[in-house]
Amino acid sequence: MTTVPIKVEVNGVEHSADIEPRLLLVHFLRETLRLTGTHIGCDTSHCGACTVVMDGRAIKSCTAFAVQANGRSITTVEGLEQDGKLHPLQDGFFQEHGLQCGYCTPGMLMTGLAFLQTNDNPTDDEIRHAISGNLCRCTGYVNIVKAYQYAAQKMREGGA
Amino acid sequence: MIPRSFEYFSPQTLDEAIALLQKLGPEAKLLSGGQSLIPMMKLRLVSPAHIVDINRIPDLDYISERDGHLKIGALAREHQIESSETVKTKFPILADTAKVIADPLVRSQATVCGNLAHGDPANDHPATMLALGATVVATGPNGQREIAIEDFFPGLFTTALEPEEILTEIRIPFPPPKSGGAYLKLERKVGDFATAGVAVQITLDDSGACSRAGIGLTNVGMTPIKARQTEAFLAGKKLDESVVQQAAELAASESQPMDDIRGSAEYKRDLVRVLTTRALTRALDRAKGAA
Repeated sequence: MTTVPIKVEVNGVEHSADIEPRLLLVHFLRETLRLTGTHIGCDTSHCGACTVVMDGRAIKSCTAFAVQANGRSITTVEGLEQDGKLHPLQDGFFQEHGLQCGYCTPGMLMTGLAFLQTNDNPTDDEIRHAISGNLCRCTGYVNIVKAYQYAAQKMREGGA
Repeated sequence: MIPRSFEYFSPQTLDEAIALLQKLGPEAKLLSGGQSLIPMMKLRLVSPAHIVDINRIPDLDYISERDGHLKIGALAREHQIESSETVKTKFPILADTAKVIADPLVRSQATVCGNLAHGDPANDHPATMLALGATVVATGPNGQREIAIEDFFPGLFTTALEPEEILTEIRIPFPPPKSGGAYLKLERKVGDFATAGVAVQITLDDSGACSRAGIGLTNVGMTPIKARQTEAFLAGKKLDESVVQQAAELAASESQPMDDIRGSAEYKRDLVRVLTTRALTRALDRAKGAA
């Protein structure tokens, strides 16, 4: 088995590892780094449960090789909370009941993180468009949209 | 799902990448956005022995206006098309297309050039590029060559690229004044391939008649289809209701759909008719200056 060395910054911490090139980013995060907040849902690039933010853009970590993250910066759901304080998106999902079973939630949160950084005053329609690659099978989309709006407002007001 | 093992290369220059393709031979596969390749590798539909990852090659992620053309580099991602002002104002057909490809997360990674180089008749950009009369630039050991988009798709999942060539740029001529285009696709759900898709790009002359029409069809044949008879029929005609209807019927007759899970061939052929009517109408509105 041939391995290649990579260095990846995950949630502000630099990690070095020797990995097989075929190792998927989601498996690297969950199994090598033991960051199991990022979920594997469909494993076929459809559901978005595995969404992470790489260099500012939300991507499906089941559809990227870990070696592609070499030298890049990744944020996972574990990186949202800062100093014991929930991120406005996490707070929004809590306040607006944006989850039921919670399986899609890490992906929904990470899509939201990248999206609200480019649009901090979205319409409901823009939010629905933004989450069109994230499936919620509890059909909680209405409250997820509300949660995004809650977070967007908090972030505009400068609340942490 | 875990792909089979492969040897990984990450060239830093285009020359290095081409030298690798020459050395490794046809068992090597290029990785750009990877949004088609990686799912296929996970399903083990393809298991390349070598992966040449071109994502580290600098300066290939451009969308620029030069020499009367819109130029799209090998690593320009779909989300860049969506946010490009030039695309929004000058190439609404291209904006139409990018926003119905897969979903926003996939479009963070997926490249426009990869959408063509994959050679999948279900992909959306081929029809749009056929309508726009684009040219692709293939770079190989002997330098660059240009390939007209209509010569680029000789067969199913096949392109005119040689194994040691890389599709490095798409060149789209800037449309003359009084041009308009539209891309319409029916998909069962976000992220699905088209049940059918129709791309239309037209230019009107001073009398308001159609001086040029380009029409491409998605996922209704073994390759992306250029609807040549429909294009020829429209040339010189004023696009009134009856002409649009006849053109739509002609486009439907040029499609070669097959029965599958997305519908019967008959249904898809009728869908081409409906989508062509709507795309022509929208293209006409845009050519006349509407948004």
